[in-house]
Amino acid sequence: MTTLTEAAEAEHADPAVPRFYRVVSRREDTYDTVTMELAAQADPLPLFAPGQFSMLTAFGIGEVPISLSGLGSSGGDGGGPAALRLQHTVRAVGAVTRSLCAVRPGQLIGVRGPFGTGWDLASAIGHDLLIIAGGIGLAPLRPVLLAALEDRSRYGRLVLLVGARSPADLLYPDELEAWRERGVEVAVTVDRPGEGWQGNVGVVTSLLEPAAPGANQTTAFICGPEIMMRYAAQALIALEVPTQRIQVSLERTMRCGAGWCGHCQLGPLLLCRDGPVVTYDRASELMRIREL
Amino acid sequence: MQQGSNPGVVTVCAPEPVVIGVDALPALFSALRAWGYTVVGPTVRDGAIVLSELESAAELPYGWGVETEAGQYRVRRRSDTAAFGHSAGPQSWKNFLHPPRARMWSADRTADAVTVSGAGEQPRYALLGVRPCDVRAIGVLDRVLSHGQHADAVYSGRRDGAFVIAVECTEPGATCFCASMGCGPDAQSGYDLALTELVDGDDHRFVARSGTEAGARLLAQLPQRPADDATVHKAQAAVKRAATEMGRAMPEVDLPRLMTESRESPHWDDVASRCLTCGNCTMVCPTCFCTATEDVTDLTGDHAERWSVWDSCFSLDFTGMHGGEVRVSGQSRYRQWISHKLGTWHEQFGSSGCVGCGRCIVWCPVGIDITQEAAALAALRPPSVLDAAGGETADAEAVGIKED
Ligand SMILES: Cc1cc2nc3c(=O)[nH]c(=O)nc-3n(C[C@H](O)[C@H](O)[C@H](O)COP(=O)(O)OP(=O)(O)OC[C@H]3O[C@@H](n4cnc5c(N)ncnc54)[C@H](O)[C@@H]3O)c2cc1C
Ligand code: SF4
Ligand code: SF4
Repeated sequence: MTTLTEAAEAEHADPAVPRFYRVVSRREDTYDTVTMELAAQADPLPLFAPGQFSMLTAFGIGEVPISLSGLGSSGGDGGGPAALRLQHTVRAVGAVTRSLCAVRPGQLIGVRGPFGTGWDLASAIGHDLLIIAGGIGLAPLRPVLLAALEDRSRYGRLVLLVGARSPADLLYPDELEAWRERGVEVAVTVDRPGEGWQGNVGVVTSLLEPAAPGANQTTAFICGPEIMMRYAAQALIALEVPTQRIQVSLERTMRCGAGWCGHCQLGPLLLCRDGPVVTYDRASELMRIREL
Repeated sequence: MQQGSNPGVVTVCAPEPVVIGVDALPALFSALRAWGYTVVGPTVRDGAIVLSELESAAELPYGWGVETEAGQYRVRRRSDTAAFGHSAGPQSWKNFLHPPRARMWSADRTADAVTVSGAGEQPRYALLGVRPCDVRAIGVLDRVLSHGQHADAVYSGRRDGAFVIAVECTEPGATCFCASMGCGPDAQSGYDLALTELVDGDDHRFVARSGTEAGARLLAQLPQRPADDATVHKAQAAVKRAATEMGRAMPEVDLPRLMTESRESPHWDDVASRCLTCGNCTMVCPTCFCTATEDVTDLTGDHAERWSVWDSCFSLDFTGMHGGEVRVSGQSRYRQWISHKLGTWHEQFGSSGCVGCGRCIVWCPVGIDITQEAAALAALRPPSVLDAAGGETADAEAVGIKED
């Protein structure tokens, strides 16, 4: 006979079974994007690394991969230590993400993970760190920027280039300001300026020239639409940044996160296992081939 | 797949083969059932030899064989009473170990909590009549679903509980090519018990050898006699001959390299002009493992379940993301399938994804033949593939998905 606890542990050991986390806070970032903080009910999942992702379940609706956008900001109050709390930033684009964005504090969300590879921040030690984000792509980059700021002295310049479709789509505007104050060189551009926009207009690669990363000593992390990542990587290569020092976070359909469903293949890569963060020396040829 | 199917059981080295008569099969069924197994094996149903849960040895397809060709399958009467005198049918053992629909978990929600229960206990199957190519296919699935970083509870539960009885191949079909894949016709490992069927008129018997301790214990329960050299040689010769009688062969080239170098081959247009993207090949393939998930609720909305269901890389929404599908064209979907089977599988899971069973050739409605497509790609490789590949393109279209 297995005891109830043993049975519960066995189930928790099953990576296909979500653990239900409570929504402890919810913030509307933009008209379609919400950041939520989740606290474990019982035993929390192992510590997530920046760049890794969760599979989030909206009860009875479905499950989607969502990157870690931060570790907990607060602890105590029965929800476990802050580092084991998860922040996720979700953009409502379909049935599941809409349902996740509609959650209220106090409600429960299923979580599985951590899955996939993280940003290799250790490889950037002693280098300038250049972070390039497009749209929701800023969410997976936020925790790695925060980690670099925690350990500021180990890196050279910290440069963050952000592209958004319009000013209304810009994620974390208050935090961008706070990061600027902490010494991050932040530059923002939009595709479509609205009324009163004073800043840059154009693709995010247009910010590279002014930011002028010094060649041989830059490590770059890029996340955004695939075409933007390719252009950004090619621009960096033109600036003589070696391809293995460029890391990109790739997106494909994922049903399981655990290497069983076969959906996230990109050539030899299973992106839930060998990605989502991949160095560009591996990714570039695979990203070049149409419909791979 | 190097291990026996019962964990913790030590593989018996070089067991002495014995001979069991066909009249020992009922005893085999009784012993397996007494051990709590549900026996699954071949039987004739609806004009095909299918795999099914069997109550008794009488349901085996004695005297039935099959004729296969690309896009064709027919059962036929044999001139003898062989029970395993047929090549692969429309199902494979994955139907039982990795079922088309499986509940991954169910959950109940109350005002303040959600309780979840996992996949739960899985059936224990004795798989009877597993061809050596299919034994290898089970080993391939093991590496994908059990031996990676995470283990799939449904598959692993069923696999750990399974008892595998291989039957070596003495009469390959016209669509078989396991010999050229190094996956048959002899059974080398991965079974609890291996049989070789010999039929000489009324003398219908099996040379039997165990592969695990559990297999040895089962064998000990059956009426038997020691195998004389003549019978053992006869069985070995029949299996050896089978290797030379395969209807097809995979071209002898570096297949992973061929697949990588053929990514931009003009041949994909040719296959796509024939392929219906119906996905039959993925359904019948004993190693194709891809699944989708379905979340369902009852009417209250407070009971939810997640089901895993077979999916196919030939379906359009397989790569559906917000913003569009990645593989829209038939070209890209056939390329994904064959490149995965013969190429990228090696990097992902350390072996070929194809064992040469021939099912995909038989059950393709238009008779597309993986060995011929590989040969066509190989023939095209030098130097036309290089020409067709062109230079580095960085155009927006190359990404193949819509950006927003
Ligand atoms: C590693 C990774 C990290 C990610 N991180 C984030 C993140 O931090 N934040 C974020 O907002 N997003 C993130 N995403 C993207 C996010 O997972 C998708 O936006 C999400 O899966 C969309 O799901 P949906 O159900 O809301 O939308 P939909 O696009 O409606 O549905 C998603 C899936 O349902 C299927 N589907 C939809 N419509 C149909 C149809 N008509 N017929 C058949 N099938 C259909 C498609 O196969 C599609 O893949 C990430 C993705 C990956 C791979
Ligand atoms: S690809 Fe075809 S021949 Fe190879 S294992 Fe699958 S079904 Fe059999
Ligand atoms: S190869 Fe044949 S079986 Fe496979 S999808 Fe195409 S038409 Fe269907």
